[in-house]
Amino acid sequence: MKIIATGNYAVAEAVKQAAPWVIAAYPITPQTEIVERIAQFVTRGELACDYIPVESEHSAMAACIGASAAGVRTFTATSSQGLLYMHELLHWAAGARLPVVMANVNRAVGPPWNVWADHTDALSQRDTGWLQVYAATAQEAYDTTLMAFRIAEDERVLLPVMVNLDGFLLSHTMQDLATLEPGSFIPPLHLPHAIDTAHPAAYAPLTGPKDYYRFRWEMERSMRDAKRVIAETEEDFAARFGRRYGMTTEYRCEDADVLVIAMGTLAKEAEVAVDRLREEGTRAGVLRIRWFRPFPKLDLAGREVVVIDRDYSFGFGGVLAHSLCSTARAEPYSVIAGLGGQEVTHGDIASFVRDRRPGEEHWFGVKADV
Amino acid sequence: MTKKRERLAVSRPKKGASGKTGGWRTFRPVIDPEQCNKCGLCSLYCPEGVISEDLEIDLDFCKGCGICAEECPKKAIRMEREER
Repeated sequence: MKIIATGNYAVAEAVKQAAPWVIAAYPITPQTEIVERIAQFVTRGELACDYIPVESEHSAMAACIGASAAGVRTFTATSSQGLLYMHELLHWAAGARLPVVMANVNRAVGPPWNVWADHTDALSQRDTGWLQVYAATAQEAYDTTLMAFRIAEDERVLLPVMVNLDGFLLSHTMQDLATLEPGSFIPPLHLPHAIDTAHPAAYAPLTGPKDYYRFRWEMERSMRDAKRVIAETEEDFAARFGRRYGMTTEYRCEDADVLVIAMGTLAKEAEVAVDRLREEGTRAGVLRIRWFRPFPKLDLAGREVVVIDRDYSFGFGGVLAHSLCSTARAEPYSVIAGLGGQEVTHGDIASFVRDRRPGEEHWFGVKADV
Repeated sequence: MTKKRERLAVSRPKKGASGKTGGWRTFRPVIDPEQCNKCGLCSLYCPEGVISEDLEIDLDFCKGCGICAEECPKKAIRMEREER
């Protein structure tokens, strides 16, 4: 069915179709509409689930962990400070191998207080063992949320998945959305280590130096296997519903000499910049990173790269730019732009490409180099 | 057949390396049936879960912490020093 929906409503609609048994969430701008909408579905009887209105994000993740450990499908959503408040439990959900699915509406981290789009919230959680995917349209947020449940719950993965969407730019922007009946696309969850009350046990108890690393390696093994599971899931999704995205999404990359690489809505804006640059005779393309964990293997040989980071790791650099330096041996022109919702137009992005200086870093809006 | 993947550390109940925890006990709880009104609070408060619904105490695992005696509203549980 074709409807008009914001990114937030798209996520809520997808969650309704995936039908988790337990949803525990705490509202925070700009995620609030996701949990409001889901609460409405539950009150109207359109979604049968235990909806737990908890007192904090820490408790939201704890409730999801408890329910997931019992072997049922779970969902939560948050943003920014709320995500950071979950931090300890994000590690726990991944380490306990629980396929929790969470929408994170990317928002800047304070202070200074700011509710607009920024990726530092999610990227600061990149080492927790969660899979991370970044959507750029309402349709993609919807489709990716549905896929996230199947990927997280696949026996080869059994790790939690965080679906990211940019605050306001996507979360509150009305777009057309085709909803669907997933049918057998998401099979029932069978958690091999689900709590079994007939056989009491301590789950994830004290594990000594002789054994601990084995469980961490198991997580990494599953992270690596997740690439295949993502590919299979995308393939089946495309066969059933006609849309595909990939680990990365390319726009006019085939013959491109220079690639703009970014995540989320900025990479969508970059497509317009690329059209303009091509009119000027610059063969540019956009490589949009969708899955940040597991990180895709990219071949950037022979191409110039302009990376736009809507995030920053202080004392180091743009997280995406440096991820590419280490995995694809790129020497990117690293642009830090869009922090805290800073407006970045396609004209600005075209300028980044025109003024590129490989190996250097540029903070958009900062006049003098220090 | 490949070995089953062990994703999560799971510990099942068994006899510990230092034996059954009842061996740690210095004081043993003894219920006086004359005083006891079978309210069951001792069973609810027991941190080891070793007091059954019938108020039988599993001395193999009771550590003798005395919380049952402390919580008993009828003062029907006394802690007696173990003779070893």
